[in-house]
Amino acid sequence: MVDYVFRIGGEGGEGVISTGELLTLTLARCGFEIYTFRTYPAEIKGGHANYQVRASGQLLLSQGAAVDVLLAFNEEAYQKHIKDVRSGGVLLYDSDSFTAPSTDSLIRYAIPLTSLATEKVGVKLTKNIVALGVMSQLFDIPLATFEELLKERFGRKGEAVVQKNLAALQVGAEYAKQQRKQDSIRLGAGPRKAKELVLSGNESLALGAIAAGCRLYAGYPITPATDIMEFLARELPKIGGYVVQTEDEISAIGVVLGASFGGKKAMTATSGPGFSLMTEMMGLGVVAEIPAVVIDVQRVGPSTGMPTKTEQGDLYLAVYGGHGNCPRIVMALTSVEDCFYGIMRAFNLAEQFQLPVVVLSDQYLGHRKATVPVPDLSKVPVLERRRPTEQELASGYKRYRVTPEFISPMSVPGMDGGGYVAEGLEHDETGYPAASNHENHLRMTQKRYGKFHAVEAIANDLVRIYGEPHPEIGIIGWGSSEGVIREAVQMAQEKGYSVGALHPKILYPQPLARLKEFMQGTKAIIIPEVNFTGQFATLLRKRFAQDFIQLNKCIGLPFTPKEIFDKIEEVASHVHGGRRAHAAKL
Amino acid sequence: MSTAVDELTPQSYKTDEHPIWCPGCGDFGVLASLYNSLAGLKIQPKDLVVVSGIGCSGRTPGFIKSYGFHTLHGRVLPVALGVKLANPALHVIGVGGDGDGFAIGGGHIPHAARRNPDLAYLIMDNSTYGLTKGQYSPTSPPGFQAGSTPYGNIEQPLNPLAMLIAYGATFVAQGYSGKPRELADLITRAIEHQGFAFVNILSPCITFYNTYKVIPPRLAEVPKEHDVADQAKAFALALRTDHVTSACSTRCSVRRLNME
Repeated sequence: MVDYVFRIGGEGGEGVISTGELLTLTLARCGFEIYTFRTYPAEIKGGHANYQVRASGQLLLSQGAAVDVLLAFNEEAYQKHIKDVRSGGVLLYDSDSFTAPSTDSLIRYAIPLTSLATEKVGVKLTKNIVALGVMSQLFDIPLATFEELLKERFGRKGEAVVQKNLAALQVGAEYAKQQRKQDSIRLGAGPRKAKELVLSGNESLALGAIAAGCRLYAGYPITPATDIMEFLARELPKIGGYVVQTEDEISAIGVVLGASFGGKKAMTATSGPGFSLMTEMMGLGVVAEIPAVVIDVQRVGPSTGMPTKTEQGDLYLAVYGGHGNCPRIVMALTSVEDCFYGIMRAFNLAEQFQLPVVVLSDQYLGHRKATVPVPDLSKVPVLERRRPTEQELASGYKRYRVTPEFISPMSVPGMDGGGYVAEGLEHDETGYPAASNHENHLRMTQKRYGKFHAVEAIANDLVRIYGEPHPEIGIIGWGSSEGVIREAVQMAQEKGYSVGALHPKILYPQPLARLKEFMQGTKAIIIPEVNFTGQFATLLRKRFAQDFIQLNKCIGLPFTPKEIFDKIEEVASHVHGGRRAHAAKL
Repeated sequence: MSTAVDELTPQSYKTDEHPIWCPGCGDFGVLASLYNSLAGLKIQPKDLVVVSGIGCSGRTPGFIKSYGFHTLHGRVLPVALGVKLANPALHVIGVGGDGDGFAIGGGHIPHAARRNPDLAYLIMDNSTYGLTKGQYSPTSPPGFQAGSTPYGNIEQPLNPLAMLIAYGATFVAQGYSGKPRELADLITRAIEHQGFAFVNILSPCITFYNTYKVIPPRLAEVPKEHDVADQAKAFALALRTDHVTSACSTRCSVRRLNME
């Protein structure tokens, strides 16, 4: 079974990312499952960049653990990553740049990438394409597929550029032919199969928004969310939609609320600093009951933090940000595929319950690419907000009428008889300000929270469980850790541990029934989070008198399956009977 | 049911909600002018959206039979832009005060001017924060004494007209709430203007900064020969300190034409 991790490292701005992308697309086109992982410097030029691609013949759940092939363009890349290469793995490096010491535990290919590019191709910048030629030959990745992609990618730049790149590919392949193959890595033509897409989390999310009917996007550039705006700026005008790059994030969410009030589905995407600015408008959306989708592609905070690194640190802000009693729905996206359907659900929830829905992604998920099946639009039927009937409009229409389900008919400007003022002041059922009516405030607050009964029922349906449904050791995770946790659970089950994981898609309000059911009978619950204090664990402690075991990682990187597996083992050693089946197997 | 067009009178836009403003507030004059302008333009209440910020002027949408959005302090322009983008067939009017528009919301004005959406933006400028009981605002004069400036204001006021003209707004005008007929005409022209139309309305605060005696003697008409397409001339007019222009309508379309 093919399952290899390739990592490419070098100077930022020198083609590390494009090398990684070309390798990714080639492998995906061959039919392999792909899971990439990127870290890159905050600088535009310079700094260290790396790109990791895991390719497999079967479904991939995480970025993988040890590296099989490291391509190092300079010594810094070698120094930084050599410790991650598995014993017996391959080091491929630019011998014009540095000399790697020989060791028995590695297979080394010293390739003069720079001089091959300079002397044989005539363009120094093509050294990364030379490297792809070398890899194609060494690891049996179809050269024709690389050629196909190079033509597509560089076609716009003219025939001369295409020819130089094709030549560079050949130079690399020819050079590699003269090397003695020392490793056993072979990918071959791949299991070509049903049509799949290669999408990043951010791209998948943007596509899902279009599928949900979003026709207006407003946002302000911020890493790592900007590519959502750039994607929609290309696509929305083609279908009659708009993208506005606003002067700040306050304006972005203001445009979104105005547009939704005006009858269009609208969203904004940002990261922590921008989301902090949006908190006041979140409150307006809640009290004026306006559907809106707000995406936070989390990065390391607080303040400017580490803009290009990942963290799950904005959950408190998403749930509690802002003043007053302010119920909103908070969701977390779990995988590249889930980004598509998750955003569709977010729009549905916003429309159905007439409030802002916060959707948490993160840098790890937003910027990684994966192969996903062509989306099936029938999976999530598109819902629209409740409109007033002719009769409601004709006889004293009340925008904020308290109905048994707490959802009021929402008129749209242009509807005769539907006029009202969307109010940031506390108001009565008509929308009339009632800033001094004490009983009314309670009644309307109850109305806004009353929607949560129905949301909670939906949250209970949007829970995934991996491994044992009633385990001794339970794991509750959220967001982008899903695949990693799932892989760790598989590893632990293979070792005979009684373990299972619950992964909710809606974090607020919580799927209490499912959580309760899952926790019953467990001996320990582990909550892994990529943050310092355990924000989800803290939310759960408010609802459950349980002593959760936290596993927190706070270095700007996602979990690896091994880290979670190690925690399972550690906890199991403390829990009586935790290794139930393990002993029998031995 | 839509109201038949010839039946629309200023009265058609009045709601049952009585304005919360102090008796004698300049904003009554602005509201009356707005009713007159809307009736004159025969705008259907169902196709009208009035977006407001926070302050005394922020309550305006509640007094106009239409759709309304009482937003946050300073955020009239983003929300109004969103409404207009959602449905360009709507008439969208933004209203706010000088604190709302020039202080907390000041960052949005240059960008509204750049984007030039088809919105009318009416500022009810009383040079004080009336709703928080009379602190100095971005248009208060130096020496202005109030709660937060017990020893007198040491800051210079900004010049709304010069600012908007410099930003390249395509319609810049100023009116006075005490001259409702002229003001209604200005508002009508602002609504009719295809693009971002800014009207600064001197609207005295009778309770905290009564300028009813100060403004009228300083009012001046825009000279008949004024060329509305000349941005530099408009700017020069806006900088004059010997009087307050009561109807300085400057359609600075020069810059835009040059760009095309």
